[in-house]
Amino acid sequence: MDRLQWSNVSLKDDENFHHSNDGVKLYDGENKASAYEDGNLVLTSHRLIWTNVNDERVCLSLDLSYITSLDEEPSSFTRSAKIVCYLSPRKSGTGSGPVTHSSYTFVRWSFQKGGQTEFMRQLKDVVGRRLWEVRKAPTNQGSSYQVGKLKQGIAGIEKKINEQQRRTDSTISAAFEDLDALMVKAKEMVAISKSIAAKIEQKQGNITEDETVRFKSYLLSLGIPDPVTRDSHKSNSKYLLELSKQISSVLVTPLQECGGMMTLTDVYCRINRARGVELLSPQDLYDACKLLPSMDLPVTLKTYGSGVRLIQLRSSDEESVVAETALLVEERNCLSADELARVIGLSVIIAKERLLLAEQKGKLCRDDTVEGLRFYPNKFLTDCIS
Amino acid sequence: MTTDDSFPWPWQHDFPPFYTLQPNADTRRKQEEAWCTLILSYCKHYKTHQLDVAEISAGPLFNNKSIQRKLATEHIVGILNVLSKKGHVEWLDTNKKSCIIMWRTPEEWGKLIYDWAKSFGLMNTVCTLYELTNGEDSAGQEFHGIENWLLVRALKTLQSSGKAELISLGEANDGVKFF
Repeated sequence: MDRLQWSNVSLKDDENFHHSNDGVKLYDGENKASAYEDGNLVLTSHRLIWTNVNDERVCLSLDLSYITSLDEEPSSFTRSAKIVCYLSPRKSGTGSGPVTHSSYTFVRWSFQKGGQTEFMRQLKDVVGRRLWEVRKAPTNQGSSYQVGKLKQGIAGIEKKINEQQRRTDSTISAAFEDLDALMVKAKEMVAISKSIAAKIEQKQGNITEDETVRFKSYLLSLGIPDPVTRDSHKSNSKYLLELSKQISSVLVTPLQECGGMMTLTDVYCRINRARGVELLSPQDLYDACKLLPSMDLPVTLKTYGSGVRLIQLRSSDEESVVAETALLVEERNCLSADELARVIGLSVIIAKERLLLAEQKGKLCRDDTVEGLRFYPNKFLTDCIS
Repeated sequence: MTTDDSFPWPWQHDFPPFYTLQPNADTRRKQEEAWCTLILSYCKHYKTHQLDVAEISAGPLFNNKSIQRKLATEHIVGILNVLSKKGHVEWLDTNKKSCIIMWRTPEEWGKLIYDWAKSFGLMNTVCTLYELTNGEDSAGQEFHGIENWLLVRALKTLQSSGKAELISLGEANDGVKFF
């Protein structure tokens, strides 16, 4: 009991309140400490604080760092349950307390009103975390006086890393809990949005045409109501087959809007945005797209000479694309891929493919310098030699 | 080479893609054709018979300063190789550093000279090579003032087809007889 010191209930700077219990009696080892009956025991991140219920000035605290192990004594007819704290020897820095010397190496807390099980659980938890060490370490770095007290060396480092990992783990799992909840709700959400859309259609008179259109576009961008997933198909090839059909049907409209060509990267973003939750891996998407050319669908995958793979409409006419590109180049005398991309409002990769295609068809010729690759109308074929 | 700068450059000379090897086969063929024509007419204009690749690659023929384009040396060699296949160029060394260039092939020269000799009634007569190149009769002809080695080569092509015979008159004064 000589490890206990006089104290007050106010917490220190980085100390946190954890738990408290009424009706706690203090035993110095085996002996009842008669002056310290019926008190309130408070567990903080750093200390155990015992306060007399009748007189708040009678307040004792025990640093958790003293605790070497914990034990529980169950209650019986004549005895109330107790928590036993085995303590390390008294340190020199400890303030004065009610007892200056004790022959016992443990104190006992008797829980006359119960609650010891919960208290024990909390106490074990707090002692296990050893927050008083974690807190001290960064502030006392470089102070040789403190070093002895801290867990240093490899063990200390390992402990720190473990602590860090534990915290990261809990953050991650907390984050994914939210996502799981969203996944569960996703189908419901899509169903709700559908029913809203239906209602709007019925009440079209009350809402202006413009608003309906806008609201519908929001709903549409919510995406694919029933995405093809791996779970819903037994075999891989069947799954990819279904997936490629879905990709085709989803992409037809956006492709028509953007000139008939799209890079696989864009496709990946579009599809996954439309799916919302059941996201596709790039590999699955690519495998599904590879099936497109062999299927009778409006959309197909085409590999260009440079190795770039584009998803494009089957109906998109190569000749007209070439003619259009050649015309644009002619109007501007010469164009580089990024200039053309700006003119037609498509990605640079697609613009480059169009230029290369037009070159391949003999409509353009190139000027390759350190400043970049530019394309000119193919005067070699159109104009005479001299 | 004279400093006369009146050579009429074709439109390709100011066309930047002219200086990049075109990947399209059709385009490339037209581009090479244009280069061949340009090189021959340039050499003809300046009466150049021998080219040093390093020297010519720095010159205005392959180097258009106004549009800051030049044909890379490897491509110049490539074009000259094409000309060599057509009989206009003969490499003087295996490293392809210099070559002789004939804007007319020896066969073409030979035909030109033979047609002229025929029209001048020089058949079955012996005339000296000097007469051919510097005589009054040939004044105004394209081969007037032609270099001796080229003339000999032209006449040799005629000889091999049986239309002429070279006759050695001694002391570097050769003659030729047309049939």
